[in-house]
Amino acid sequence: MNHKMIESGNVAAALAVRLAGAEVIAAYPITPQTPLTEKLSQMITRGEMDAEYVAVESEHSALAVCIGAASAGSRSFTATSSNGLLYMSEQLHWAAGARLPMVMCVVNRGVGAPWSVWNDHQDAISQRDAGWIQVFAKDHQEIVDMTLKAFRLAELTHIPVMVNYDGYYLSHTYMPFELPDAADVKAFLPPYEYLHTLDPERPESLNTVTLPDARHDVNGVKRGGYMDIRHNLHEEMRLAMEVWEEIDADFQRRFGRGGAPIFDLYQCDDAEFVVVAMGTLANQFRDVVDRLRHEGIKAGVLSLQMYRPFPSSHIANLLQSAKGVMVFEKGLSYGNQGALFADLKSALYPFPARPTLHNFITGLGGREIRTEDLYQAVKTSCEPGNQSSPEQTDTPQWIGLQL
Amino acid sequence: MPDPRFKVLTSASTSGPGDAGRTGSWRVERPIIDYSRCTPARTGKPSCHLCWLYCPDNVVSKSIEPTIDLEYCKGCGICAEECPVNAIAMVAEEEFPAGGKNEP
Repeated sequence: MNHKMIESGNVAAALAVRLAGAEVIAAYPITPQTPLTEKLSQMITRGEMDAEYVAVESEHSALAVCIGAASAGSRSFTATSSNGLLYMSEQLHWAAGARLPMVMCVVNRGVGAPWSVWNDHQDAISQRDAGWIQVFAKDHQEIVDMTLKAFRLAELTHIPVMVNYDGYYLSHTYMPFELPDAADVKAFLPPYEYLHTLDPERPESLNTVTLPDARHDVNGVKRGGYMDIRHNLHEEMRLAMEVWEEIDADFQRRFGRGGAPIFDLYQCDDAEFVVVAMGTLANQFRDVVDRLRHEGIKAGVLSLQMYRPFPSSHIANLLQSAKGVMVFEKGLSYGNQGALFADLKSALYPFPARPTLHNFITGLGGREIRTEDLYQAVKTSCEPGNQSSPEQTDTPQWIGLQL
Repeated sequence: MPDPRFKVLTSASTSGPGDAGRTGSWRVERPIIDYSRCTPARTGKPSCHLCWLYCPDNVVSKSIEPTIDLEYCKGCGICAEECPVNAIAMVAEEEFPAGGKNEP
């Protein structure tokens, strides 16, 4: 039986974490994530959730506690935003290299300085190379479903998973969503098991100084060196895309929702022009596309649900025959261009008939994103003869500047 | 448990001498045990063994005369520091001929 409710995105995430049977929660409050872990803490205190809540003094410690708990054989969860995520950065790399299955919600927020509590994606984008899987939700139902699927993905791949959703746009707004039945989730998500669970009967040395070369261990078994371990993390992260698709198919069979694990398409079947965006921004473009379609422009929106591993071949196969692609981002690689744009451009490079590309930066630090501005930007990019020079292609256009 | 397609290679191994590779070549000073002072050697009883307990590389044997595996001992000197009867001396490696025995 499904339970329909109307709640905030943060509460939706907390309820999903409870359903997933997380056993250890360690978190430090930071806007706009705070109500998520407050809800978890409240449910644990009231005896409505069987888990240990560890109140820590920083985000670095929060993730360190999760690393310890996951190593000890417990399903672990943390959540943060913005500067909190950056304070965890060292531990993010550690959790990935140690191949610890865990899930974290990142409620996306602009990074200081200057101080901002409002939404953009720079926090997650800046951590894209940490070795974590990164998925982006664009409504409350996706927060619930992605969080449940994320635990299974983390545990099957032994790679940690970051579930991203937009601060305020989702975290603090109320939306209807369905929660699946606890027994059904239990059948979907088998008990947590880590390959190297700490066990006094079977002591192991874990992640000690690992020399540049492979070595033979005390039992004469060849063990990879640092580079081999990191190579496999990369290869297995690429393979995680397949597992994510399989998990989504199973989830859809059990719960009736899904079918768009890598990207969610809107009006893309015959689209000549495709907008690419992540999170709630992709929803906003549905209005833009409807208006353009009404004017006879064949436009569509590709909402990217999985950013790391980057689904290069999926995306290239879909976009290689489009006339134009416009990438809209709430973050960038400073001194270069939008990070998503650069990824997408590189995925399309092998295709000779690749589309013209435009890059737009918008909504940083909560700057209002006007649908009219998005419409104008897309419409201009669709106009015949609007072929950018290589230099223009590589120069992002900023929407909504008040300089 | 991970999906069988995933090897999940990590730096995990059974603890023991050589766990971190052939670290004997790192050694600048060599621990030399004076068995006339060493508690288990002197009493013939399996007592003390703090050198065995504290060695971070598991290269000290828990025997009546504790021995040190120089293939892996990296010469950190923790055993000498912990020995309650000062039976372990750290001697500079250049005092020993190449591949030499524990006789300076």
